[in-house]
Amino acid sequence: MSMEFILGHLNYWLFIVLMMIGFYIVVSRGNYIKKIVGLNVFQASVFMFYISISNVTGGTAPIFPVDMNIDPDVIYSNPLPHVLILTAIVVGVATTSLGLALIVRIREEYGTIEEEDILEMDSAAQASENLKEGSSMGGRA
Amino acid sequence: MSSSPEQTALTIIDQLPVLTVVVPMLAAPLCVLFGNRHIAWIITFLASLLSFLFAFHMLFQVLDGDVLSYHLGGWAPPLGIEYRIDAANAFVLLLISGISTVVLPYARKSIEHEIKKVSHTLFYCCYLLCFTGLLGMVATGDAFNIFVFLEISSLSTYVLIAMGAERDRRALTSAYDYLILGTIGATFFVIGIGFLYMATGTLNLADLNVRMAGMEDNRTIQAAFAFIIVGMGLKAAIYPLHLWLPSAYTYAPSVVTIFLAATATKAAIYVLLRFMFSVFQPDFIFELNTLTWIIMPLAIVAMFAASLIAVFQTNLKRLLAYSSVAQVGYMILGMGLASTTGLTATIVHLFNHGITKAVLFMVVGAFVMRTGSSFAKHLTGLGKQMPLTCGAFVIGGLSLIGVPGTAGFISKWVLIDAAFQQDLWWLALLIVASSLLAVIYVWKMVEVLYMQPAPEGVIVKDVPISMLVPMWLMAIACIYFGLDTDLTLTSARVAAEGLLAGGSN
Amino acid sequence: MRHHLILRVITKLLVGPIIIFALYVQFHGEYSPGGGFQAGVIFAVAFILFGIVFGLEKVKEVFPAWLVHKFTAIGVLLYSGTGVVSMMLGANYLNYSALNPENPQAGQVAGIIAIELGVGITVAAVMIAIYYAFAGRPPVIDDEDW
Repeated sequence: MSMEFILGHLNYWLFIVLMMIGFYIVVSRGNYIKKIVGLNVFQASVFMFYISISNVTGGTAPIFPVDMNIDPDVIYSNPLPHVLILTAIVVGVATTSLGLALIVRIREEYGTIEEEDILEMDSAAQASENLKEGSSMGGRA
Repeated sequence: MSSSPEQTALTIIDQLPVLTVVVPMLAAPLCVLFGNRHIAWIITFLASLLSFLFAFHMLFQVLDGDVLSYHLGGWAPPLGIEYRIDAANAFVLLLISGISTVVLPYARKSIEHEIKKVSHTLFYCCYLLCFTGLLGMVATGDAFNIFVFLEISSLSTYVLIAMGAERDRRALTSAYDYLILGTIGATFFVIGIGFLYMATGTLNLADLNVRMAGMEDNRTIQAAFAFIIVGMGLKAAIYPLHLWLPSAYTYAPSVVTIFLAATATKAAIYVLLRFMFSVFQPDFIFELNTLTWIIMPLAIVAMFAASLIAVFQTNLKRLLAYSSVAQVGYMILGMGLASTTGLTATIVHLFNHGITKAVLFMVVGAFVMRTGSSFAKHLTGLGKQMPLTCGAFVIGGLSLIGVPGTAGFISKWVLIDAAFQQDLWWLALLIVASSLLAVIYVWKMVEVLYMQPAPEGVIVKDVPISMLVPMWLMAIACIYFGLDTDLTLTSARVAAEGLLAGGSN
Repeated sequence: MRHHLILRVITKLLVGPIIIFALYVQFHGEYSPGGGFQAGVIFAVAFILFGIVFGLEKVKEVFPAWLVHKFTAIGVLLYSGTGVVSMMLGANYLNYSALNPENPQAGQVAGIIAIELGVGITVAAVMIAIYYAFAGRPPVIDDEDW
């Protein structure tokens, strides 16, 4: 792997690193809010990936001049991924706020937002249900 | 509507592909605007019925192998967004809109019992959005559009599941778990689409297929394939990516469970089919390897492992949820065979399992309404007290097992046929063996309902007629589609042929 | 809040310009970076800032929660309604050229303005609704317990 290969694909390296950081946070943290933060980092890496692949070498922002006099020598970056990512960002905002809203409700019902504690409460509830309703392989299997 | 001065004026028939999706999308804000739960129900029902009629009409337009192509905003594909209806998605659209239309009359009484009245309007709004999302995912022919509709349906699904919190707070945590997993899945899907766009420069599904020809060794394409399969597989609850499903189905309000079990995973499986067979060429070596060495073994594991877990459940809802995971296994198995008959089996089973699970979850919803619980212990002896409800359960159960004369039999028959065509007799044996596991868990419930004595002094009435009619409509459909296979098998075969023909038609 | 004089004065001064800037971003969206999403968020910021400084009750007097909900619906209706209008004129869904058959370009401009307005209204209303929903929850933990 030459230095050129590494530097030439810098945006992909950053994308992978960011994606893995986000993914790791989601998987490893027990705090529900931290999981949402991890999810946001994870999504941000994808935004970065899309925007970086839309760049055209020497290209400028894809905005037409107001007078519509288009200079054919000007190179524009590809605007399509920008538009796609605008949509994806909005989806991300919606997911985040919905996730936080769920966390607020979970906090009200359980009194905690730590996954460990909640799992404990849930499995206790499951166990008492099993005791009452007959055994089962239920739980969160 | 065709009274436009323009020469190329489109009639309402030409507008059907987009109208199917737009009608529920328009209805959702109308529900909020009126803010009355009765009006909201009427709007929801009408929108769903209209979509159903549109889908029905479109299916007959495309049954002879035609393709309807609708250009959103008048921009021609591959640059513009195209809605592309062939037999495969018309059939799935029919399933989704049909189930929704039948579920809604049932929903009215059921949610009165399970959700507080203030939230009803918003419930219907979310329901419509989820419905729109599923229809859009299936109707569109644009890869990124699939993602947008996927997220519309997912986000509203999380809300709908969380509404079960009034009965059990665990609905909240299962909605949260589903949100995390679902978002990861959807993001994987976007990454896959990004890779495809990098390699081909297009997002139109048919155009992707054309441009990808001969790019088999391109590693970007291979990575895209992996990301898309895993991302959609999460949504389709392919074993072992099903972890969100049992809890979500168990704690969601009954109506939501019915609707999701019958439609949501089906839409995701349709998208998988579309990507596997008409976007990526099925003769790509890496895809064939994936189908043979990953998809098929996972399908077989799902058929057995999930059925086995289901046998030991005491909560009827959870039992049926695990059974759903097992049934997804059959659909994936047909996919893994990668033949026309195999795909026919997948698509037929998609439909037949949809109506079967709708009956069964409707029955469970009725039990929850009358006894307040879905645990087997509380349902003893209901066979005498709720004869109509329990009768529907028996029919649904038989169809789930695949007894001749029911819809479930047809799909398993085609699947076994597909296995024999490739001389995989052991596979046919495995399919039969896993059906025996279904016999065990269905029998277990029948025994509870009919053989065990009812608790003394408890008098339970059958559910209201508005819930019984939809339930029996679906039960009769289970039998009807087991006897008259004209519509289902023909559509599925045309759909399978269309999928395997790729984007070239 | 009586004590934070500077905050209150600055907020009152800022709310107006923020809304005007939002409208600029909204209606200048075809010529320069901007459009419904951005304008909606900026518009919502004016209300959220007002709410943070003067309290939720005060901002709800200006823009009650039920009205916010209606506006989320109106925006979506405006968006899909534009598409339906173009359908009724015999063109494809969201084909704005049909809005003005003599001059398709003017139709395009009219269409995109209506669409962006719909987006802007919904985004602003949703942002404010999210703020109301989170800020309106009674705190589970007292301020002293942190």
